[in-house]
Amino acid sequence: MSKYILAIETSCDETAASIIKDGTEIVSNIVSSQIESHKRFGGVVPEIASRHHVEQMTLVIEECLKQANLTPAELTAVAVTEGPGLVGALLIGINAAKAFAFAHGLPIVPVHHIAGHIYANNLVQPMEFPLLALVVSGGHTELVYMKEHGHFELIGETRDDAAGEAYDKVARVLNLPYPGGPHIDRLAHEAEEAVPFPRVWLEADSYDFSFSGLKSAVINYKHNMDQRGEEIVPAAVAKGFQDSVVEVLTAKTLRAAEEYKVKQVIAAGGVAANKGLRTSLEATFKERNIPFYVPPLKLCTDNAAMIGAAGHYVYEAGIRGDMKMNGKPGLELDSWK
Amino acid sequence: MIWLGIETANTPLSVAIVKDGKVLAEVVQNIKVTHSVGAMPAVEEIFAKVGMKPEEIDAITVSEGPGSYTGVRIGVTIAKTLAWTLQKPLVGVSSLQALAANAKLYTGVVCSLFDARRQNVYAAAYKNGETLIADTHVHIDGLMLQLAVLNEEVLFVGADVEQFWDKIVENLGERALCAPFTLHLPRATEIIAIAENKPLPAVEEVHHFVPQYRRIAEAEANWMKEQKQVDE
Repeated sequence: MSKYILAIETSCDETAASIIKDGTEIVSNIVSSQIESHKRFGGVVPEIASRHHVEQMTLVIEECLKQANLTPAELTAVAVTEGPGLVGALLIGINAAKAFAFAHGLPIVPVHHIAGHIYANNLVQPMEFPLLALVVSGGHTELVYMKEHGHFELIGETRDDAAGEAYDKVARVLNLPYPGGPHIDRLAHEAEEAVPFPRVWLEADSYDFSFSGLKSAVINYKHNMDQRGEEIVPAAVAKGFQDSVVEVLTAKTLRAAEEYKVKQVIAAGGVAANKGLRTSLEATFKERNIPFYVPPLKLCTDNAAMIGAAGHYVYEAGIRGDMKMNGKPGLELDSWK
Repeated sequence: MIWLGIETANTPLSVAIVKDGKVLAEVVQNIKVTHSVGAMPAVEEIFAKVGMKPEEIDAITVSEGPGSYTGVRIGVTIAKTLAWTLQKPLVGVSSLQALAANAKLYTGVVCSLFDARRQNVYAAAYKNGETLIADTHVHIDGLMLQLAVLNEEVLFVGADVEQFWDKIVENLGERALCAPFTLHLPRATEIIAIAENKPLPAVEEVHHFVPQYRRIAEAEANWMKEQKQVDE
């Protein structure tokens, strides 16, 4: 018999619910974005995010059940993002999930947000192990090795800024609207030349990343140009910055894929929607004959479908949350197997 | 008519089930456990105690604030989700009105308050069921001015009264009375008693239920200030 997981995600500024069949098929997927509301502040304001979640939560879950044409009695379990994320935002999804699960006598399943991003790929192409995942978003830049379902080994991570964070900060320097990532990506594609910025490789054998030096280099460049009274070419700055980020991400991912002899490489997270990064990864792995996948845009940014996909395997592993479940803003990605 | 009442607006937690005007069970506690950890287990436990299933209740009421933003949201999220998915009406009750109801047998002025940090309070004042000061977010000095002009004895209710007591006595002198400690915690049964006298909204209204923060978010206040400066 098929299993239907209702998944809820509220870790940042998207109120989302989804129903996933057997961990691979999207039955319904609703995302209510708050981006328009946060634009005026130039970034996500946690208190505002929490206020929106309370307003949207039940509407989003109802729409999700309606589109799936399922009743609570037909569900197998409720999966919800436990962390990491904004604690006040996480709490809305978690308490809604607990109340819903209690009302219908359903088991509750805690899901790690990053496990969710990785499992978004399972909704497009079955995951094959061993696997390497490059997770890049506003809060994360990580290389994760997976031997099997539920096994996560963090082999590299950022030591300072996440890639997405660097994008947002550079976008601010260039006076681009929030969120800045897509604007930098677009400008970089239009650019004819690139301002040369450094590549930060760290130690030769390290899979870690560092983007704060690059960010500072961009800020210093703008500052120096301003002092000399020269105009910067935003597109050339965007391309120079993006080239540096993409080159480092691609090279480290490739080196890890070869060292760990993986059968599949996947990209996940909001920055995986970046055209420059996708193109570079696709070309690199095609050349090496290593299967590479990246989910479609709407599954790269925060959504609940990915939580349902991961939640299915958490459920199958017998892991359950309870009514005491709390939000864990700094939750580490631990294996459940 | 079976009611479920939930109160998580400030540190205290209270959950109750009332059937046809009789209290079946009530939990009242004032321990520093985050409501995210404490509230749903209390709800689960109270249903187990009275031997009822969630769908057996007829209506839900929740303290809609003001209070701790996160606390208010946890209670409201639980209440909204239960009400929506069980298709029961949801009634909101002011956390300050509920707290003041502890002293409803007192015929003089009752002032309920919660600490809102930086010498601010959420406060309201009532006399014999009439509202003298509606739910407000105010500096303690401002509240004292509002109460002083009444020129009457005022009975203060709430677990946070203690920390403002010196200030209160300084301003109101012998006209300031402090409720006995047994009346300082908000009770879900009082919330239900107040909700019973309100009209029952349609079940479809549950989606639009929002907390009453009585304060705009700081980021929004700053943003509005900036907009004003741009306009000038």
